Amino acid sequence: MDFEAKLLQLIFAGISTGAVYALIAVGFNVIFKSTDAINFSQGEWVMMGGLIAATAIGAGQMPLVIACIIAVLAVATIGGLSERLTVFPMRRPTPILITLITIGLAICTKSLVMLILGKLPVGYKPFTGETPIKIAGATIHPQSLWILGITAVFMVATHFFFERTTMGKAMRAAAADRQAAALVGISVRNSILISFVIAAAAGAIAGVIITPMTFMVYDNGTMLGFKGFSAAMLGGLGNLYGALVGGLTLGLLEALAGGYVSSQFKDAVAFLVLLLVLFARPAGILGQRDITRV
Amino acid sequence: MTDAAIGAPTVTTQEGAHTRRMLAILWAILLIFPLIAPNNYIINLAVFFFINLILIASLNLVIGYCGQISLCHGAFFGLGAYASGVLAAKFDVSPWLGAVVAMGMTGFSALLIGLPALRLRGHYLAMATLGFNAIMTVLFNEMISLTGGPNGLTGVPPFSLFGVDIVTDTTFFYFAWVVTGVLMLLIYNLIDSRFGRGMRTLATSEIAASSLGIDSFRYKLIVFVASALMAGIAGSMYVHFINFASPETFSFFTSVFLVVMVAVGGWGNYWGPVFGALIYTAVPELLRAFKDLEIFVFGLSMVLVLLFFPDGVVGGIRLAKGWILRAYTPKAGDAGR
Repeated sequence: MDFEAKLLQLIFAGISTGAVYALIAVGFNVIFKSTDAINFSQGEWVMMGGLIAATAIGAGQMPLVIACIIAVLAVATIGGLSERLTVFPMRRPTPILITLITIGLAICTKSLVMLILGKLPVGYKPFTGETPIKIAGATIHPQSLWILGITAVFMVATHFFFERTTMGKAMRAAAADRQAAALVGISVRNSILISFVIAAAAGAIAGVIITPMTFMVYDNGTMLGFKGFSAAMLGGLGNLYGALVGGLTLGLLEALAGGYVSSQFKDAVAFLVLLLVLFARPAGILGQRDITRV
Repeated sequence: MTDAAIGAPTVTTQEGAHTRRMLAILWAILLIFPLIAPNNYIINLAVFFFINLILIASLNLVIGYCGQISLCHGAFFGLGAYASGVLAAKFDVSPWLGAVVAMGMTGFSALLIGLPALRLRGHYLAMATLGFNAIMTVLFNEMISLTGGPNGLTGVPPFSLFGVDIVTDTTFFYFAWVVTGVLMLLIYNLIDSRFGRGMRTLATSEIAASSLGIDSFRYKLIVFVASALMAGIAGSMYVHFINFASPETFSFFTSVFLVVMVAVGGWGNYWGPVFGALIYTAVPELLRAFKDLEIFVFGLSMVLVLLFFPDGVVGGIRLAKGWILRAYTPKAGDAGR
């Protein structure tokens, strides 16, 4: 394979994993915006999305589309339920306490999934076959195109939700200034609930589209969440478009480091670059410097 | 008031003397522990209690007293263990010298991460340390010729003192008893000093601290490096005790669990880590009986503790003390009103 074809191949691979990281990062950002907390359950929701879809297809004999929709709806419900059971009853919901509670939530989620759905890796067929598409010497898995398409649609829909709908605007107001939002009649508590539902849905979609390519096991969640969080940081925590930029950057970094430097050390190289970027631009690629008035 | 979001109560000289006395009593009781312990397994667990206590108490300095979340304490622990273990197992360096080199390495890496990350307010330390932990895990796994890779590092010799190897559970218990005792006293002296009072102001309000002339960057950096040095010591103790190290012991999960244990014990409280370490050491052993349910019960109890006692076990004890005192005091408050 010549140089250009290899580069193109790595870029395709990087973009499709990067798109999945971007979806997970959206989840982190939405919850970060509404609570200032880092949600450690995010990765578990990704894993749960994949596992529920696989179970619905395998044991439930359901058609692929229905199974995927059921998985996303189920995980979104679980996300909302998690918020009502843990964050909602808190007397003093400080960001650090919410962050710690989500670690406990992640442990519970992972072990419940293991107990109910089992420990075996599962998967299902790609959405439209496995015949690779050839472009300029490089090959693309058809599932990669689905990943890119679904991520794009999700990003546009999220943008529309936050820019055009009353509910989305209310959530942005609550994120900007909780007290002022409460004064004009916005329920801050409800906006936290909705942010958990959106984040869980984003995670589940990521899980549903990546499972045909990589399989899914109950303990994959933490690593996926870790990558998603890194992507969110890289782009600028709390910034919706930052999630996309951060996800794609991290995906490309990993693919290029794996292809040209060393496949064993690809994670180390990717994270080293991530640290350097953060030190040069602390607020992330698209993030704005936080100016606090003293 | 004990109502501060992050508990950093003021220490008076009287309280200082009281706490030092409590520490002395606790350590005196621990001295006879091996004599009353029913078997070696329990003494072995006690050694892990000491190692976990060093880890959690040092992390508490960063989280509880400086208000910064560090997500790579497991990596410092691992760097301490691997540096000291590899030097002893592959290069025949004395474990004592290895432990000193290991401390130097953890301190230096903490300086490298802290210098850029601690200059900024907010979640930057959490982000930078997360990345550092990921890098260290890859290095432990992939530098196979040195670390043994995923199979682990074997053949690490024990510490020896005056020609006697510190190998049995009981001898190592007394060794850990001394090291942990000294470190716990050092930590208390740090908290109960001019430096410590400045440090505790940081957790409450960094802006207020700066306005009082506290160089918050320098304070946070010193505490971060000191806590990494202690994690390095814990790592050396660990590797020369079990004579083995495996990358998964020092993964991101360990770092997260240590943060959780700081919170469950009670962050920003000197005694919090004692409860944290007790829970971290004993509960997984007790939950063995639940088999597959083990992790679920662990996660659930963690959520419940944080939900009902946001200030951890220490906060819970303080609440209980308040209830009992109120229940047994004559209703003088009503008469005075």
